Amino acid sequence: MSNKTKQNYLNHPKGIMSWLLTLDHKRIGLMYLFSGILFFFLGGLLALVMRFELAAPGNDIISNEVYNNVYTLHGAIMIFLFIIPAIPGALGNILLPLMVGAKDVAFPRLNLASFYIYSFGALFAMYTIINGGVDTGWTFYTPYSTQSSSNVVPMTLGIFIIGFSSILTGLNFIATIHKMRIPGLTWYKLPLFVWALYGTSLVQITATPVLAITMVLLMLERFLGIGIFDPALGGDPVLYQHFFWFYSHPAVYIMILPAFGIISEIIPVHSRKKIWGYKFIAYSTLSIAFIGFLVWGHHMFTSGQSVFSQIVFSFITYFVGIPTGVKIFSWILTMYKGQVSFTPPMFYALSFLFLFTIGGLTGIFLGAVALDIHLHDTYFVVAHFHYVMQGGTIVAFLGGLHHWWPKSFGVMYNQTIANIAALGVFIGFNGTFFPQFLLGLRGMPRRYATYDEQFVELHSYSTFWSGILGISIFIAVMNLFWSFIKKNKVDPGSNPWGGMTLEWTHTSSPPHPHNFEEEPVLQHGPYDYDKVIVDKTYKK
Amino acid sequence: MLDRLTEFFFPKQVSTYASDIDSLYFFIFYSSVVLFFIVVFGMVYLSIKYRHRKGEDLKLTSSKDHSNLLESMFFIIPLILVSITFVWGIRSYLKMVIVPDDAIEIKVTGQSWFWTFDYPDGGTTLNELVVPSNKPVKLVLSSKDVLHSFFIPVMRSKMDCLPNRYNIMWFDATKEGVYDIFCTEYCGTGHSQMGAKVIVMQPAQYDEWASELGSEDDDLPLDELGAKLYTKKACNTCHTLDGSALVGPSYLQTSQMWGQERVFDDGSSTVIDDNYIRSSILEPMTKIVAGYQGVMPTYQGLLSDRELDALIAFLKTLNEDSQI
Repeated sequence: MSNKTKQNYLNHPKGIMSWLLTLDHKRIGLMYLFSGILFFFLGGLLALVMRFELAAPGNDIISNEVYNNVYTLHGAIMIFLFIIPAIPGALGNILLPLMVGAKDVAFPRLNLASFYIYSFGALFAMYTIINGGVDTGWTFYTPYSTQSSSNVVPMTLGIFIIGFSSILTGLNFIATIHKMRIPGLTWYKLPLFVWALYGTSLVQITATPVLAITMVLLMLERFLGIGIFDPALGGDPVLYQHFFWFYSHPAVYIMILPAFGIISEIIPVHSRKKIWGYKFIAYSTLSIAFIGFLVWGHHMFTSGQSVFSQIVFSFITYFVGIPTGVKIFSWILTMYKGQVSFTPPMFYALSFLFLFTIGGLTGIFLGAVALDIHLHDTYFVVAHFHYVMQGGTIVAFLGGLHHWWPKSFGVMYNQTIANIAALGVFIGFNGTFFPQFLLGLRGMPRRYATYDEQFVELHSYSTFWSGILGISIFIAVMNLFWSFIKKNKVDPGSNPWGGMTLEWTHTSSPPHPHNFEEEPVLQHGPYDYDKVIVDKTYKK
Repeated sequence: MLDRLTEFFFPKQVSTYASDIDSLYFFIFYSSVVLFFIVVFGMVYLSIKYRHRKGEDLKLTSSKDHSNLLESMFFIIPLILVSITFVWGIRSYLKMVIVPDDAIEIKVTGQSWFWTFDYPDGGTTLNELVVPSNKPVKLVLSSKDVLHSFFIPVMRSKMDCLPNRYNIMWFDATKEGVYDIFCTEYCGTGHSQMGAKVIVMQPAQYDEWASELGSEDDDLPLDELGAKLYTKKACNTCHTLDGSALVGPSYLQTSQMWGQERVFDDGSSTVIDDNYIRSSILEPMTKIVAGYQGVMPTYQGLLSDRELDALIAFLKTLNEDSQI
């Protein structure tokens, strides 16, 4: 077992080309992971620049123009270069074939192609930054985006290209889940992370084309002067909003469903307890993915759409809220009569439950049309979606990284530092974003480079805590990387948390280049903590 | 108590429907607080009660994974709460969209980066919306360029301004005073400076104000009128008086360069004089100062000849040496 020369996917085969041209889903996953973390830090740095500019009213550090570029790039990088492609791309790629007992994804070459398409798109985004940025907001609302002299075209072209990567990854995952499961691994025995990836992939392949088409139309309008969205050319700017949110609301579920999947893995494993309401969680994943397509109009409550549309969109919006709420209760009840360990992944999962509940509940305020009109495009919305995207998705992502780190690399990080950093993220996050709810209620509009004196106190408070948040995230990630270089590496064993899914029970850590040394035979369900006590090591 | 809380969370309530919206907020707020405490309490209680104690052996845990009673409660209670929220949200919303017949109508035009208000009896104001109290006011909103959104926090109302169609909002102001207006749809460089004020007056005072609209400034000396127009016509959004560059060149700099050559982005140049200033206000896009972007809207039709003279006079006073 402790044979040092043992082959694993990290050391075999060797050489830079074996990485760049790899067809191994685990290596491709790692490439997504490292590029994702890079963009995450870049986006985070931009966020800190914004927060420090907003510490006091007036243009203290940067001008209006620079601020507009910074906030646009922060949003575009976080969403289009990090959360959407990199989270399913990294954790999904590394784990999906292992979880279904396959040697690889259904189409390994396509998988590599997806990564390069993503990188190619990311190059356009980087060109945008070098060439002076883009100042339209990540939403590219027309007619501002058809008139702006900044780099709208390179950025939208980048997003258009990354869309293909999303679609192909989605296709690949769906085919893998349908066709590559080992015998006996029926749908109801799949780990819930796989269900989450399935829901995510469905949304990716159905919604992304709409975004791609919208971006093409925007470019056509800029290049050829065809009037689609710009009223000066005979177009309609509200049409753009419909197209854009028809993709971008479902995209919220591309971002949050993988997080749901991660939490559904972490909580049962670290509570050593069968998950509460397996089928409900599985089906609600699909129903949320579906209903997510029908609520885009709630982003447009002040656009002047008809009263009837407002009522319908408000009504359907609440249908997303209820299954999500029941999921939260299911995760909590999973701990009932379990054996809960306060490990770093579990800390992140508990932190997720706290933060995501606030994110979800504040969505109820925004779904009520009359109240939304006051809160629309204020800091209340900014706080709400950061509670969902950062408090939800990114906290879950960090939890997932800590959970699967020993599996992916065969090393364990310092758990005490990891717990302290997790606490820092939790406190720093609340300190940064909770005051923003109040700012929004009191009327502070979003996307302002400077602001009125009355908002100073809450803004400076938010800025102070954003520093703590930034440092904590940095420590959390560096602590993970430190596990590569520290001396006296401790072998955590193949299954340090006592997981029951195939990636824990049937292969070594890090896994064999072909995942499993022989085809795994399913001995129990993914969360059968009531039936079997799993050994913490994989015996071969 | 509730008043104090309302003041903590919200700006003043000035429209007739504001208190209704705030009550809806507090209904959702208290329901959320209860649900949130159930979640946090359940999470903390279960994780501590069933924690894995030191030295305790791993054991087989309970196979309980559902409870019809609990699950239907988790489903039904939130369903009732969101149903109330939905209906309340719509009922209050209808109050916000059904405009009373006797409302006075004011035209609001958003433009990068200021607001113009056209009153029913003629006359316009910039960045100052004057309305009577206790009388419904209907605003017809549109934009001259990109999207803007007209937000009056104290009224709890907001509406986007589109370049190709009209949107409507209305309010009935209950308290006299001066309140903030913000632009809440991102519109470029000057977005965060695109603020205005709404001034609510007694109806009698409003009538008097409306009848004098436009004539009040006739007696002012030109340079004082210009100083007034500088903020009133939103020049200050883009041009400073202290020499620092904002969206456009500072008035101070222009004033100090009086009589000297100014270089434009196409390489040509002109001597700064009265005619140059006049044409820069009326046809700002024809000559763009090198180093700046051509984004200024035309003031054709928004300024009378006397007002143009006043602005030029004001600009000249900024630099002591330029008294020509």
